[in-house]
Amino acid sequence: MKGIFVDFDALFGHLGQHTVDGLSKGSIYALVALGYTLVYGVLRLINFAHSEVFMIGTFTVVGTWSVLGATDSPAIGTVILLLLAGLVAAAAVSGATAVAVERVAYRRLRRMNAPPLIFLITAIGLSLVLSEAFGIWQGRLVKGMPTVIERSVLFTIGNTEVTNVQVITVLAALIMMFGLDVFINRTRYGRGVRAVAQDPDTAALMGVNKDRVIALIFLLGGLLAGAAALLYCVRYGNTRFNVGFVLGLKAFTAAVLGGIGNLRGALLGGLLLGVVEVYAATLTSSAWEDVAAFVVLVVVLLFRPTGLLGESLGRARA
Amino acid sequence: MTETLRQINERRRHVTGGIGERWRALPKWQRAIGILAFVGFLYYLPLLGIPGLTWFRTDSIPQGNNWAGVLFLCAIYVLVAFGLNIVIGLAGLLDLGYVGFFAVGAYSVALFGSTQSPVVEGLQNRFGLSQDWAVAWAICLPLAILLTMISGVLLGWPTLRLRGDYLAIVTLGFGEIIRIIARNSDWTGGPQGIAAIPGPQGAPSPDNEIFGLIDAKPWYWLVLSVVILMVFAVRRLENSRVGRAWLAIREDEDAAAVMGVSGFKFKLWAFAMGAALGGLSGFLFASRGGFIEPTQFSAQLSILFVAMVVAGGAGNMAGVALGAFLLAYLPERFRDFSQYRTLVFGAALVLVMLFAPQGLIPSRRRARELKDRAKEAPANV
Amino acid sequence: MRRKYVRALGGVALAAAMVAAVGCQDSGGDDNASGDGTCGGKIAIFGAFTGPNAGLVIPSLNGAKLAVKQHNAENANCQVTMQEFDTQGAAEQATPIANQVAQDQSFTSVIGGHFSGESKATMPTYEAAGLVMVSPSATATELTAAGNKSFHRVVGNDSTQGAAAAVYFKNTLKSQKVFVIDDGSTYGAGIASEVTKGLGSLVVQSDKVQTDQTNFDATISKVKAAQADAIAYAGYTNEAAPLLKQLRAAGVTAKFLGFDGLYDPAFPKGAGAGAEGAIVTCPCLPAAEAGGTFSADFEKEYGEAPGSYGAEGYDAAKVLLDGYKDGKTTRKELLDWVNAYDKQGVSKYIKFTDTGDVDPSKVVIWAYEIKGGAITPQSEIKLS
Repeated sequence: MKGIFVDFDALFGHLGQHTVDGLSKGSIYALVALGYTLVYGVLRLINFAHSEVFMIGTFTVVGTWSVLGATDSPAIGTVILLLLAGLVAAAAVSGATAVAVERVAYRRLRRMNAPPLIFLITAIGLSLVLSEAFGIWQGRLVKGMPTVIERSVLFTIGNTEVTNVQVITVLAALIMMFGLDVFINRTRYGRGVRAVAQDPDTAALMGVNKDRVIALIFLLGGLLAGAAALLYCVRYGNTRFNVGFVLGLKAFTAAVLGGIGNLRGALLGGLLLGVVEVYAATLTSSAWEDVAAFVVLVVVLLFRPTGLLGESLGRARA
Repeated sequence: MTETLRQINERRRHVTGGIGERWRALPKWQRAIGILAFVGFLYYLPLLGIPGLTWFRTDSIPQGNNWAGVLFLCAIYVLVAFGLNIVIGLAGLLDLGYVGFFAVGAYSVALFGSTQSPVVEGLQNRFGLSQDWAVAWAICLPLAILLTMISGVLLGWPTLRLRGDYLAIVTLGFGEIIRIIARNSDWTGGPQGIAAIPGPQGAPSPDNEIFGLIDAKPWYWLVLSVVILMVFAVRRLENSRVGRAWLAIREDEDAAAVMGVSGFKFKLWAFAMGAALGGLSGFLFASRGGFIEPTQFSAQLSILFVAMVVAGGAGNMAGVALGAFLLAYLPERFRDFSQYRTLVFGAALVLVMLFAPQGLIPSRRRARELKDRAKEAPANV
Repeated sequence: MRRKYVRALGGVALAAAMVAAVGCQDSGGDDNASGDGTCGGKIAIFGAFTGPNAGLVIPSLNGAKLAVKQHNAENANCQVTMQEFDTQGAAEQATPIANQVAQDQSFTSVIGGHFSGESKATMPTYEAAGLVMVSPSATATELTAAGNKSFHRVVGNDSTQGAAAAVYFKNTLKSQKVFVIDDGSTYGAGIASEVTKGLGSLVVQSDKVQTDQTNFDATISKVKAAQADAIAYAGYTNEAAPLLKQLRAAGVTAKFLGFDGLYDPAFPKGAGAGAEGAIVTCPCLPAAEAGGTFSADFEKEYGEAPGSYGAEGYDAAKVLLDGYKDGKTTRKELLDWVNAYDKQGVSKYIKFTDTGDVDPSKVVIWAYEIKGGAITPQSEIKLS
C-alpha cells in the first residue's frame, strides 16, 4: 500500500461527499487568504506573520471558552453565547496582534522603502517569536477544546451528507467575504484602501493618511483571521502553537492561486485548494495532498501568471 | 528603548564601517598575511584552547565534546549560504525552497552510495552485482552535483518566468515536494531514511581511521577546504560575464534585456549554480552523518537558509558566511536555553533586519541600492 | 614602518600561542575511567524528555532513575551516575549528543533511544565507540535487522506487536474492514506495514498523515467512504488525538485501535470524549502485573502509577546496573555483560538474542482500553 497508486473508485464513488468536505476545508483557507491578499494588494509584501495572527486567534477562542466554562454540546442559547464571545474575543485579539505586527516589524522598514526581501525576514522572525512564545507558554502538545456544536446531518443528496458545521463554515466565509468586498468597494475607508493600493504616493498627495490605511488593512486581515480561528475551532476542536505554519502556507498558496491582491480570487483559490487537496488525498493518500496543491499552483501560474482572477485590489475594479 | 537601540546601532555602524575602510587601505602584502593568518586560525579552530577563548567552545559535558561537530555544521551552512547567495544576493531571486537542493545532494550520495538503499539494491539485482557493491563516494560527488543542477534547471525552467513573490511561493512548494517524495516513496527509503552512507573512506564502520563516525575534526577540515576553494570559485564567477549579467538583471531587468542580456538564461544559470553548491553541501552533510531521513529537510530549514543570507548581508560573501556561522553556532552554544532558543533567534532576526537591513556585513553595491531606494521614498509617508 | 613590525611580531606571537595551546587541549578524550578495582560508572540516557511526545518517555526515564537511586542506596561503594540528554525525539538532535557521549570516555553505557528514528540515527556512532545501548521502548523491527552490535532492547519489536494487533482485530473486535493510518514516521510506517501484513485482505484502505497536521478532512473523507468498521492508527499522540476527535465529530463510529505510541496520558486528554473505548496495544506490562515491588516503589517515588514503559525503563537500567555491581567498568566489559544477560526483570524475563532483541517468546503484548479518560489494562493478547 505504499508509493503512489491511483484509486479512481474511491474518488468517483463519493465525489459529492469529497467535494463538500473539500469546500468546507477550503473556506477556512479562504478566510486566512484574505488577510494575505489585503496586505499584498496594498503593500506588495507577503505578510509571513499572518499565520501567527491566526494562531493567536485560536488560542484566544480556547481561553474564552474555558473562562466561560464551555462543555461538549451545550444548550442552544449557550452555543450562541459561546460563538459570539469567541468571535468577539478572537477578532479583537487577532486584529490587535496584526496591527502590532505592522507597527513593530514593518513601519520602520516602510519608511526606508526597503526591498520586499527584508520585510519577509522580519516577518519570519516575528512569526517565530510569536509561535515560540505560545509554545513555551501553552506547551507544545496539541490542545483540545470542547465540541461546541454537535454535528448533525442537515440533508443528504444521493450518498452525500451535508452537516451543520460544514454549512456554517462555508456560509460564514461567504458572508465575511462579501462584507469585506462591500467595505472595500463601497465605503469611504474602502476607497482610501483602493487609492493607496493603486498609487500610494498620489493617494498621499490627495490627503489619504497612508499609515492609517495600512493599519486599517492589517486590522481587517486580523479580524478575518480571528473569525477564521473561531470557525477552525468549531470545526476541528484543537489547536497547537505551530498550527499557523502549514495553514498559513496553504492560505497563501490559495491567495496566489486566485490572484493575489484580489479578494474574490482569495475565496475562489481557497475553495479550489480545499477541493483539490481532498480529491488528491482520496486518489492517492493524504501524504500527497500538499504535492497536488503545489502542482496545481504551478500549472495555474504557468498559464495565468497573475492567478485565476488576476491581481486587482486597486486596479481592475477601482 | 528604540532610541537607545538606534544609538547603539549608529555607533556599531561607525566602528565596523571604519574597520572595512582601514582594511582596504592596507598594502596588499599585509592583507595577504592577514588572510593567511585568518585561514590558519580557521584550520586551528577545532583545537581551540587559548585561555579566554575556550568560552566559545560548545562543550556541554566535561570530557566529550561536539565542538568540531558544531564547526562542521557551521562550515556546511557557510557552503549553503554561498550557494543561496548566488541566487538571492547576486541574481536577486527569492528562493524559499533551497533545502530541496540540499536534500537532492544528500539523497544522491545516500541512494547511490549506500548498500542499504533501495536504488543500489535494485541495481544489484538488475545487473547481478554483489551485495557489497555500491557507487563509490568519489563518483557520487559529481553525480550529486549533476543531479542537483538538473533539478535546479527543472525547477527554474517553468518558474523563472514568474515574478519575484510568485517565485518565492513556488520554490517553497518545491522544497516541500522533495521532502514529501522522499518521505512517501519506496525507492527513497521512505520515512525510515537511509543508513550506511559512505564517506571518503567508504561505508561507515568503526575501522575508518580518518573520516570516522566519532571524530568530526577531519570532516570539518575537509569542508573548510571546500569552502575556501569555493570562495575563490565564486569570486571568479562574480567578476565574470555571468556575474555582471546577474548584477545587471538584479538592478534593472528591463534595462538589461535592452542591452542584450537575456534575463531568463542567466537566471537559470544562477539557479543551476546555486543548486550545485546546495547539492555539494547536502552531499557532504549526508556523508558525515552516515544517515539521513526526510524530516531533516524541513521547510523551516529553508527559511533558516534565507535568514542566514539576508541577515549576514546578501551579495557579500564575507557577510553571508558570518550570517551562516552565527545562525548555526549560536543555537548550539546556547543549548542550555533550549526552550528559548528559537524565540531568541526570531527576535534577533527582527532586530538585525530593522537596524541593519543590508545585513551585518553589507555588500557595498547592495547598500548603495538600498540608499537609492530610501531616497525614492516620498518624504511625507 | 615601526607599526608594521609591531603588527608582524604580534602575529607571530599569536601563532605561537595557538600552537602552544594545541598541546593542552583535546587530550582529555582518552581513557581515565579504567577498571583498577573501582566500581560504578556513568550511564547516558537519551530520549524525548521534552516536546510533544514526552509523555510517552518520561515514565521510562523515571523508571530508570528509580533503578539508579535504589542501586546507589544499596551499594555505597559502587556509585553509578546517570546523565540525561534530551533529544526531543528527533534524529538530528540525537546525533550530536551521541558524538559527545561517544567521546567522553567516562560514559560506559547508554540507555536509549526511546524512539526508533533517533535509535537508528545514533546506532552506528555508539557501535563505533563500543558503547552498549539498551533501549526501553524503540520498537521498529529493522533496528535489530542490520547487524548492529551495540543495540539491545528490553521490549518486543513491532512485528510482534503488529501481529498481536491483527489477532486482536480478528478475534476480539471481529472487524471486517480495517482502515490503516500511519503518520509516516520511522515508527508509524514500520508498524503499519506489520499490521497490514497480519490483517491481509481485511485491510480495506490506508492513508498517511503528516507530522504536525491538525486537520484531517481528507483522511476522514476517505474513512467514511470506505465504510470501515475499525481503524488502526500507527503514530503518536500529537496527530492521533486531533484525528480521533475529528473522526468522532464527523460521525465515524468505527473502533479505534492505536499502538504503543499512544500509550500516553496526553492521548485521552487531547482526544476528549472521542477517546472513550479506544484500544491501545503495547508490548508493555500493566503496572499491577510488574514483578516485585516495582509498582509500589514507583508510586511512592513519583506519586503516580508507572505509565508507558516505566517497567521497561527500570529494566533497561537494571540490566546495566547489575553489570556495574558485578565490577564491570569498561565499555567492552559492559557490552559483553549485556550480551550474556539472563535474568528475570520486572517487565519480563530478559535474555537477548544475537541481534539484540529480547527473547521473542518472553514478550507480552497487552491491550489497554480508554475508560473514563484513563488508560486501563484490558487483556493480554495471546498470539496464536
